[in-house]
Amino acid sequence: MNLLLAAIALLMSGALMSLIAGRRQNLAYTFALTAISGAAFLIAGAVMPLLLHPQTLIASHNWLVPGGTFALSVDPLAAFFLLPIAILPPLAAIYAGAYLKDDGKSRNLAPHWALYALLMASLIMVVMAANVLLFIAAWEIMTISSFFLVSYDHQHSEVREAAWLYLLVAHFGLLLITAFFLLAGSHCGSLNFVDFAPLTQAGPTLTAILFLLALGGFGIKAGLFPFFVWLPAAHPVAPSHVSALMSGLVVNAGLYGVLRAMLLLPPLSALWGAIILTLGLLGALYGIAMAMLQKDVKRCLAYSTVENIGIIFMGIGLGVLATAQQLPVVAALAFAGALLHIWNHTLFKGLLFLGAGTLLHATGTRNLDQMGGLLKRMPQAGLLIIGGSVALAALPPLNGFASEWLIYLGLLHAGVAMSGVSALGISMVLVLFGIVGTLAVVTFTRLIGIALLGEARSPAAAKAHDATPAMLWPMRLLLLGCLLIGLLPQLTLHLLTPVLNQMTPTAVPELNATFAQSGQIGLWGMILCAALIIVALLLTALQRRRPTTPATTWGCGFPRPTARMAYTAESYSGIAHHHLLPQALQPKLSTKRPRSLFPATVQFFQHSQEALLQRCYQPLFSALAERCVRLRWLQQGKQHLYLLYIFICCAGLMLWNILADKGL
Amino acid sequence: MLLQLLLHLLIVLLFPPLLLGVITRTKALFAGRKGPPLLQPYYDLHRLWQKGFVISRTTTWVFRAGPIVGLTVPLLAALLIPFGAIPAPFSFNGDLILFVYLFALARFFTASSALDTGSSFEGMGAAREVTFACLVEPTLLFALIVLVRLSGGFSLNQLLGKHLVTSWQSAGASLLLLVIALFVVLLVENCRIPFDDPNTHLELTMIHEVMVLDHSGPAFAMILYGASLKLLVLGALLVRLLLPWDSGNPGVDALIFMAGMLGIAVTIGVIESVMARLQLVRIPQLLIGTTMISIFALVLVLR
Repeated sequence: MNLLLAAIALLMSGALMSLIAGRRQNLAYTFALTAISGAAFLIAGAVMPLLLHPQTLIASHNWLVPGGTFALSVDPLAAFFLLPIAILPPLAAIYAGAYLKDDGKSRNLAPHWALYALLMASLIMVVMAANVLLFIAAWEIMTISSFFLVSYDHQHSEVREAAWLYLLVAHFGLLLITAFFLLAGSHCGSLNFVDFAPLTQAGPTLTAILFLLALGGFGIKAGLFPFFVWLPAAHPVAPSHVSALMSGLVVNAGLYGVLRAMLLLPPLSALWGAIILTLGLLGALYGIAMAMLQKDVKRCLAYSTVENIGIIFMGIGLGVLATAQQLPVVAALAFAGALLHIWNHTLFKGLLFLGAGTLLHATGTRNLDQMGGLLKRMPQAGLLIIGGSVALAALPPLNGFASEWLIYLGLLHAGVAMSGVSALGISMVLVLFGIVGTLAVVTFTRLIGIALLGEARSPAAAKAHDATPAMLWPMRLLLLGCLLIGLLPQLTLHLLTPVLNQMTPTAVPELNATFAQSGQIGLWGMILCAALIIVALLLTALQRRRPTTPATTWGCGFPRPTARMAYTAESYSGIAHHHLLPQALQPKLSTKRPRSLFPATVQFFQHSQEALLQRCYQPLFSALAERCVRLRWLQQGKQHLYLLYIFICCAGLMLWNILADKGL
Repeated sequence: MLLQLLLHLLIVLLFPPLLLGVITRTKALFAGRKGPPLLQPYYDLHRLWQKGFVISRTTTWVFRAGPIVGLTVPLLAALLIPFGAIPAPFSFNGDLILFVYLFALARFFTASSALDTGSSFEGMGAAREVTFACLVEPTLLFALIVLVRLSGGFSLNQLLGKHLVTSWQSAGASLLLLVIALFVVLLVENCRIPFDDPNTHLELTMIHEVMVLDHSGPAFAMILYGASLKLLVLGALLVRLLLPWDSGNPGVDALIFMAGMLGIAVTIGVIESVMARLQLVRIPQLLIGTTMISIFALVLVLR
């Protein structure tokens, strides 16, 4: 506990020192990086023992704020979420030093570093807080510091709009979270989590209301369907290392909230499990379908975050469903898969956002169609991006497959154990999950194929340079993590035992068998690696011995193929979206067709919009805004009037308090 | 046990190209020609193996990863699937998911390898391959779920185990639908008429063959051998469903399995001779229809 508090103190002082260093860029960066990496070691040192020998640390101090004490608690679930915070931020910070080097010449980066350290500190505090007010304060600091980090390039209107959308939606979520905690607190008569025990005896209606509030509030942060609309806008516009943090860690805070709420509430019914499972599946399908259509590399990755969060919620939903129906094997597999996928997602999404940053850094564009042929010019970064794509498409032998395999196996077990309509439903879920997997292959072959392979599609891409070692090493370490979890999933799963113990106590006897089975996946990952290496060596040896003639690509006899003839991002996904997607999700096309015998210049432009935001939320909220115009007279824009409102409010509350005391 | 393992490996290593030879011979007989010798695919592989490489200047190591993964994946997948009554050498709970995802890995690198050439034809083929896979995968998964429910096991060995004989009596209709659905999967995944034509010379109309246009020499031999292995591995699913008997003698079991595979090869040859290639836009419709058949098979098992 003290180590974690020391980590927070170190981060805060690091933030302060880098602000003081101000325009001395290197000094500010050194302070921030020292604090961030020091804090990371402290967290890792504090958390690893907790995952190996499960126990709960509790601390409580008096503070001046009303409503309970300054209460902290680190149980296995908190430790589970703390470990990724020790890994991604220092790596992204090392990367960012090189990534922002050019920016540092023209602007003051000290506030950026301070906010970065502040975000890390607030992430730790969110997970540790065991008091409602402390939690909400930490949550709000996390939102605001990430808002400022996202609006780094605030001179562009696109960035400002996305950041505003994020701030608005995040505060709508905060409203729901506050409602959840206040309702829970008033039921239990305390704002400390320790005293929330009566909540586990709550009736079904109260449980339903509370869980709905928690699912909505935390789901907004996590990017749960249908609340994710801010995510594909805000994640891509941030600087790449911040995108990595947003997608890899900030969404985890939302997941932590949902899981924490599940622990505070009585065991959820099977219906809730089915609802979470369905929402997760819809999110996964929607996310990957939209990711397939994006021309913007980082927007594609942001939608893939929606997909992966969907998969995690599928695992959680299946776990809840199975726990309620007394299917311990399914519950063990589903929760193990969901939890492992959370760690995996942090690793590979961090890796790919950093990778997308190297592409952006090298070419100056996020548009796939302006890249092409980058693997030749940036072999190191390209290799790492391809590795990350394989992990993200959940292909063996990397880690994405290990966690999805657990969820698949859980679904199969559930399909056998259930009967009738519910078995058909579970089978449908499994097959739709399979479609998510195949669409992921479309999305990521498109991402690497259009950006990295073939010929350069623009002059900028032709002049691209490989990333510096400071940018490459963090990515290498992340890919190494992906490979290790992929090859040794059973060891990683043993770390999850205490968390699974908390989430689904009935499934504990089944855990060892589950882990042993996943060992087979690791073994096959090793066999696959070995076989691939042997065949690759064979081909290389043959190539050395045989004559090798370089030539141009076969173009049906056409001798001078150009990059303009190559398949583009739109044409690659065109056949898929024509045949597979519903009308509402189809991208908007604007074409000028050739009309006369000798056609003039022809244009084709494809733009994929966020259908849910444009068709549902915007009409809804503009309608609401029109209705609210009638209250406009309240908003006079004069300070003394607002002071009067505050006074009336306080007076009213005092009166109410007095009357309530007298029992009126 | 050891004999079974040996037979399994021998079939994996030596048998697959013969299937291609049988298909070609059947088509030749239908067309009234004598046709090439049955062992022609072996000669072709040998000839390609002796040749040098011609490699496009546009390409990188990803181009070479295509054939490597394309050969390794079917080889490993063949170790997971039982050949008739000869059980798979490796088997564990959930290996069917690994089986499906291994082929996804192969697809990932075949498509990337095609995109690496920068050719519009190969991009076209890659786009078609990955898209049609989205329509084939549901059928395969539904089929596996039906088998999981019928057997109660979670490994391919159990799925295709001895229970099939009794299952044909209790759930014959469902298994029959599965055989139809899996045969369509076999045709699509192995780029056969009516979905794709391995012998066409129009790059615009091809799917799989267009992706490998730029490969040459030993790399191309690896692709051809990998393709024939894939035919064997997916055909093995079908053969076991159709011939679920267990003779008790590994040698006889191997012969039954090989006869079944040759039967499938002849059937493919007949279909290729009597049918024309489907229009590309019709393929998704047919595949969705096949998925419906497999859903129906599942419903019949659940009732």
